[in-house]
Amino acid sequence: METIQKHFFLDLSVMLGRSLRHILRSMDTIITVLITPIAMMLLFVYVFGGAIQTGTANYVNYILPGILLIAIASGISYTAVRLFTDVQRGIIERFRSMPIAPSTVLWGHVLTSLVSNAISVVVIILVALVMGFRSSAGILSWLTIVGILALFTLALTWVAVIPGLTAKSIDGAVAFAYPLIFLPFISSAFVPTSSMPPVVKAFAENQPVTAIVETIRALLSGQPVPHEIWVALAWCVGILLVAYIFAMRAYKKRV
Amino acid sequence: MQTNSIEVADLQKSYKELNVLQGVSFTVEQGSIFALLGSNGAGKTTIIKILTTLLKQDGGTAIVNGFDVASQPDHVRQSLSLTGQFAAVDEMLTGQENLIMIARLRHLKQPRQVADELLTRFGLTDAATRRVSTYSGGMRRRLDLAMSLVGTPPILFLDEPTTGLDPEGRLEVWKVVKELADGGRTVFLTTQYLDEAEQLADRIAILHEGTILASGTLMELQKRFPAASVEYVEKQPTLEEIFLAIIGKKEEQ
Repeated sequence: METIQKHFFLDLSVMLGRSLRHILRSMDTIITVLITPIAMMLLFVYVFGGAIQTGTANYVNYILPGILLIAIASGISYTAVRLFTDVQRGIIERFRSMPIAPSTVLWGHVLTSLVSNAISVVVIILVALVMGFRSSAGILSWLTIVGILALFTLALTWVAVIPGLTAKSIDGAVAFAYPLIFLPFISSAFVPTSSMPPVVKAFAENQPVTAIVETIRALLSGQPVPHEIWVALAWCVGILLVAYIFAMRAYKKRV
Repeated sequence: MQTNSIEVADLQKSYKELNVLQGVSFTVEQGSIFALLGSNGAGKTTIIKILTTLLKQDGGTAIVNGFDVASQPDHVRQSLSLTGQFAAVDEMLTGQENLIMIARLRHLKQPRQVADELLTRFGLTDAATRRVSTYSGGMRRRLDLAMSLVGTPPILFLDEPTTGLDPEGRLEVWKVVKELADGGRTVFLTTQYLDEAEQLADRIAILHEGTILASGTLMELQKRFPAASVEYVEKQPTLEEIFLAIIGKKEEQ
């Protein structure tokens, strides 16, 4: 119906406001998505960092991309939690029986994920600046970084939608996120892959996080756009498409 | 002339091997309270889900407020509100925020005013700015019903509105439902409690194993089934009557 389409963005803003309130009122969410990555950054820079040889003088610069990806991976797990709660409590049925576009609920959660992860990324970068992070990247490089991080968030958010809709328990809804949070550790995010044994090295160099981390790191240090960007983009777009298809299928089946 | 708010004909639905609905037909008059009575698993929730566009039927037709649920779901959604089996309220928000949210989603002009009016009407003004997670079961149900009244949709669907409520909560819900019907709304409710159907409904339909076994007014049903026999039994107060009497006295003091 015409009016339903007309109100789509208005309805979406109501959904966004609702879940942002959820985040602000959940200490657990704030600790996990913000305090933990910052604590990890402090730990790596001031405790382990001295013993890690990366070939760069500034270790904060080196690990910041990886920390951002960990923050996003733990951030999207809460999308699964919020969606799971909506399904369990039956509020999704209330929304679905109202005269609003059926996809509004899902897009509301996706938009919330993008906005809240953007906020945590900005806060973490500010903390990194205080810790000595410096970048010679130009505006274009920064815009590219924003684009890659947004695409990465979007891809993982659609991954998170699947367990959010299909999980049987709240633990099941978040379990998928642990390997994602762990992935940056087996990549070039904290140490160069050259120091790893062959099998681990092969894995590390051929998983999405390394390509994304290398791209962002190169852009932050003011280098021209590296060729890894195509690998990074291919991973993000590929994950996004597959996850979107399965998420939509789960949504139609569930509600 | 009476018009029908809901017309259901030969409704069928099955989940894989299980035939949940096997040709269900009934009509609900505008402004009446209609109770669908049945035990757990009889298919009550399935009927509600089809009528509120959450589920597609396999066969038959369902017309709500003059619109076909299968071909005009948007029009149907404009005409109704659904109160599900479990209070579908947002626990992280306050009572007031919950109502404002629904009012905004229904695109009402003054969401805050609508919310405050309903809070007053349902006796939730004192709890308005408290998070719903601190509410009692009865308060949640009241808020749930209040959310269903935002935007005054003409047809209300209540899926087991009193399941899990204490006796006082039940009476409160009954009172609200009666008021709504007096105000001209059509109320469609499901219940597994015989006394609830008896107390509230203008018409009752008994759903069993996917078909309507009997339907009509309470008097019609009474006429059709075993004739009333006269027995002299010393009437003991029911536990419910005792409970309410004690509570009532305590509140008077």
